[in-house]
Amino acid sequence: MLDVRLYLLQRISALVMVPLVLGHIAVMIYAVQGGLSAAEILGRTSGSVFWALFYGLFVVAVSLHAAIGLRVIAYETLGLAGGGLRALTWGVGGILLAMGLYAVFAVVAA
Amino acid sequence: MNDSTGQMTVQVWRGRGDDGDFASYEVPRRDSQTVLDVVSWVQQYADPSLSYRFACRVGMCGSCAMMVNGRPRWTCRTHVDKVAENGRLEIAPLRNLPVVKDLVVDMAPFFDKWIEAEGVFHPSATREDEIPRIDPESELRLTADQATECINCAVCYAACDVVSSNPDYLGPAALNRAWSLVNDEKDGARAARLDAVSGPGGCHNCHSHQSCVEYCPSELVPTASIAGLKRETTRRLLGLGRR
Repeated sequence: MLDVRLYLLQRISALVMVPLVLGHIAVMIYAVQGGLSAAEILGRTSGSVFWALFYGLFVVAVSLHAAIGLRVIAYETLGLAGGGLRALTWGVGGILLAMGLYAVFAVVAA
Repeated sequence: MNDSTGQMTVQVWRGRGDDGDFASYEVPRRDSQTVLDVVSWVQQYADPSLSYRFACRVGMCGSCAMMVNGRPRWTCRTHVDKVAENGRLEIAPLRNLPVVKDLVVDMAPFFDKWIEAEGVFHPSATREDEIPRIDPESELRLTADQATECINCAVCYAACDVVSSNPDYLGPAALNRAWSLVNDEKDGARAARLDAVSGPGGCHNCHSHQSCVEYCPSELVPTASIAGLKRETTRRLLGLGRR
């Protein structure tokens, strides 16, 4: 249930995610190893354009990638098609995007 | 299994449409016996009402494909010795296609998808024009070569799990054919063909399971053709022109 546009979007979002996932894991290990508190982390992310762009882009890529991937699984495994499939695709993408951007906003808002 | 005088029990699917069941037959074993030999023996000596298809018996026509022990095979070139599991032989109609009767499937959806995938040649010149010279060593010609020799047996179509789960999927054979024409310099419908394989049932749905490669009796590599189509359709979408 992929046309060339969805196929390309999924590949591009995967490409975008590769360095971001590695960066995210590195940051997590650093934060845990260093024993940073939540307040210390927020102190570094608040007002940071870099972290806003880093995780903002991450959220967009994840929303696209997961929505398209789940669309294929729902169609091929569950037989969901037509309006239901469209609703699932946009719904999953929309919820991930909204929740993700809300979380990004929470940690970078000055 | 080399006992040329023994008997073996063969399960053969009998029925019309979706209704049917396996029937059991005792078939004499022969040296170098093919699965088609077994089916023919059943039809000639046990039950003349058994329906099945074959024509050339030498692996050229692509009409005798069936499921043998759950795997798609060209039965005329498949030796019983090679595929019987502990002497067990179960013969059924090809997967992923509607059954007409017994071992005969309706091939219409398979060939309809060839047309849908623009697997037909579109001339770019008339008979008045000079025939263009194609260098047999050119990259396009060599690429096209790799996708020819398909005998339309639908073994890959029966082997493909994406066809099973996505009824719109054009399937390995149709996409392989489309790829050979994409590389045909004499063909005049490259853009239309790339569009035809870019829809919801197009090449982008292939999961690269490689079942088509595993079972293709002509040893073609449809997944390579599909990868080629993915590449060229992406280039077309991005306006990059042909490779």
